[in-house]
Amino acid sequence: MSLPAHIASASASPGTRLPTYALVGNPNCGKSTLFNALTGMKQKVGNYPGVTVEKKVGTTFSQHGQPITVIDLPGAYSLAARSPDEAVTRDVLLGRRADTQQPDRILCIIDATNLERNLYLVHQILDLGRPVIVVLNMMDLAEKAGLNIRAARLEHELGVPVIPCEAVRGKGLVELRVAMSRHDLPLSRHAWEVPAPISAAVAELQASLTRNDLKSPLIARAEALLLLTDQDSIRVAGSTPLSPQTAEILQGWKTKWEGQGTDWAAVLVNSRYDAIGRIAADVVLRAGDQGPTTSDKIDAVVTHPVWGWVTLGAVMTLLFLSIFTFAEYPMNWIDDHMASLGDWVKGAMPPGDLRDLVTDGAIAGVGGVIIFLPQILILFFFIGLLESTGYMARAAFIMDRLMSKVGLNGKSFIPLLSSYACAIPGIMATRTIEEPKDRLVTILVAPLMSCSARLPVYLLMIAALLPGDRVPTWSKVGLMLLMYMLGTVGAFAFAWLFKRTLLKGAPPLMIMELPPYRLPAVRDVAFHMFERAWIFVRRAGTVILGISIILWFLSAYPKAPDTATPTEQIAQSFAGRAGHLIEPAIRPLGFDWQIGIGLITSFAAREVFVSTMSVVFNAGSDDADTAPLRQALLAAHWPDGRRLFTPLVCLTLMVFYVFAMQCVSTVVVVRRETNSWRWPLFQIGYMTGTAWVVCFLVFQVGRALGY
Amino acid sequence: MPEPVQLSKLSDLPVGASATIREFPKSGSAFVRLREMGMLTGTRVTLVRTAPLGDPLEIKLRGYLLSLRKTEADYVLVEIGA
Repeated sequence: MSLPAHIASASASPGTRLPTYALVGNPNCGKSTLFNALTGMKQKVGNYPGVTVEKKVGTTFSQHGQPITVIDLPGAYSLAARSPDEAVTRDVLLGRRADTQQPDRILCIIDATNLERNLYLVHQILDLGRPVIVVLNMMDLAEKAGLNIRAARLEHELGVPVIPCEAVRGKGLVELRVAMSRHDLPLSRHAWEVPAPISAAVAELQASLTRNDLKSPLIARAEALLLLTDQDSIRVAGSTPLSPQTAEILQGWKTKWEGQGTDWAAVLVNSRYDAIGRIAADVVLRAGDQGPTTSDKIDAVVTHPVWGWVTLGAVMTLLFLSIFTFAEYPMNWIDDHMASLGDWVKGAMPPGDLRDLVTDGAIAGVGGVIIFLPQILILFFFIGLLESTGYMARAAFIMDRLMSKVGLNGKSFIPLLSSYACAIPGIMATRTIEEPKDRLVTILVAPLMSCSARLPVYLLMIAALLPGDRVPTWSKVGLMLLMYMLGTVGAFAFAWLFKRTLLKGAPPLMIMELPPYRLPAVRDVAFHMFERAWIFVRRAGTVILGISIILWFLSAYPKAPDTATPTEQIAQSFAGRAGHLIEPAIRPLGFDWQIGIGLITSFAAREVFVSTMSVVFNAGSDDADTAPLRQALLAAHWPDGRRLFTPLVCLTLMVFYVFAMQCVSTVVVVRRETNSWRWPLFQIGYMTGTAWVVCFLVFQVGRALGY
Repeated sequence: MPEPVQLSKLSDLPVGASATIREFPKSGSAFVRLREMGMLTGTRVTLVRTAPLGDPLEIKLRGYLLSLRKTEADYVLVEIGA
């Protein structure tokens, strides 16, 4: 059925604002590459209010240079949402979100190598009755796979412009821009038969949606079809709920069909695929079987029962090697420059509290966090690379079985593994986990993986625990590994516990596409890396600055007489008093008030413990060389003359840092990723609580055994 | 009367074997999604491999690769060689 010309064109009258486009497509179809190619650096990234789904809006230009707004919607396989990401895509397209303007036109990108499954989403989108442009991406790969995709036939079948394209190489972008600049775009002529038992329900729901939910008739029809496919539809904050009248009609039909044994959702999906099958038969010419592809050959190794583990091990080793070697140069550079910045300020400002605030508070505090930025950047880059090449899905595939033992799925593996270097990129990478509860569990346990900021603390404590140069290296390494294992076991144990109690849910599914291996889109990966890092710096920066200043204030005030040494100053400061205050609580762990000062000042960042100890025990300020500090620690005593840093106390302190949530940056990132203060506060509570309990057990049992 | 065909579970398919889906479970939310990803009665699937630890499975359908756990594959009945 074709519509009359005056209805069939959606015109934007000249002189008014240009139409807004939504960019939609399946995951792995090259959507972000196309979005970056269209909009360049002109993007705004944030969250949709109330949900942790990324909102990306960019500006591209028409062929006449006028700006066109493009909203990059999260990747989706279907509008019948199964994840918060997909729910946002659905809600924006249906105009259910008050915070986002309903797009005028839709840009549908599809992977030409995988036409049928990609057309499923297009088919749903055509129902919306908006002008649609279809972008046929990866035409070169389709050709290599022996598929001849006749774009003209697809255009004819769907009745909307179809632009063949290779987004990675920028091919087809000019044609796309021309199509996007058109004042009128045809509406789809594609009509499909809704099967008889369902069509009556669709009509009734459509009428109710128009009347009671004030939807336009076309959107109402699309929404009616969707309500019938959506089994337990995901609702996210910010979307308008269904009117009670419509909900009642929907329930009525469902009850009736359940009585008759009709599987309505299956009927609808089947008839869509029937229609798609007819289109694909006309559009795709297959040149016969091409034999195993390069991707198949890679997979034969990468997911092999033996070589699969070897590959995974090699990739992870490379990841950690590069974090701990390459990152060192920029980290030293930052360290030096922060120090010289501090010196410069010291020279430029008159001595006094304000100068100390700037140098010892702001510069030292922010510098202490910024120094981890190179590691964070490398980690973001690697995660992006793994995603972009398709290896991420394989790692999840291999690890799924192990992760399922604690009730998670394979997708939690990379976020947890990254957290060995730094929990921040790990937590930000959990967005690939669809199920919100699984994602939350992963976020909650990720900081238990021993990150690199714990290393200085572990190293100092091991040096104090095993003093002397004749201690065999293996015992030091063994002790270190023990700490890493303790954190890992803790993370999995808590994941298991949370999945059974607090965040109980169905066992997660592992329905995941394994996309073909592709050369990484390095430009997109780098862009993504900087974007992530900027979000982190912007978010954490102000909070870290604030906390650093507060912590500086606590150790600088009240002022001791001018003749006092730094050690005497910190001893009588607020931080020192707080150390005395918490001493009763930490005494059962073998810690005195001086260690307590370290626990307090390192709340913002774990490695601060080392520099605080060197001030508290007057070991000179050079914390890079731990030898004088080690001597100072060994000389420290309780008032009654007992040694403070006994081997057992050193061990207990390490255990404390394994479990305690001593990282403000992570707290801020968890706040952003869970959208409330509830979870980060819970996390501080359960981690610090566990740290106390485990330390108590270690210390008391150790002492009972005579250590 | 046509001869009744022997159906087996998708999860019991030998690695490398192809089969046609004959029975697909009623629409629980996991199965609606599998349907939407193109797993329908009559669709040809190949069991490409199992993960190194035996689960999940990797299947090929409509020219792409999909992983799913045995717990879901147990409910999908296929006809081998059809």
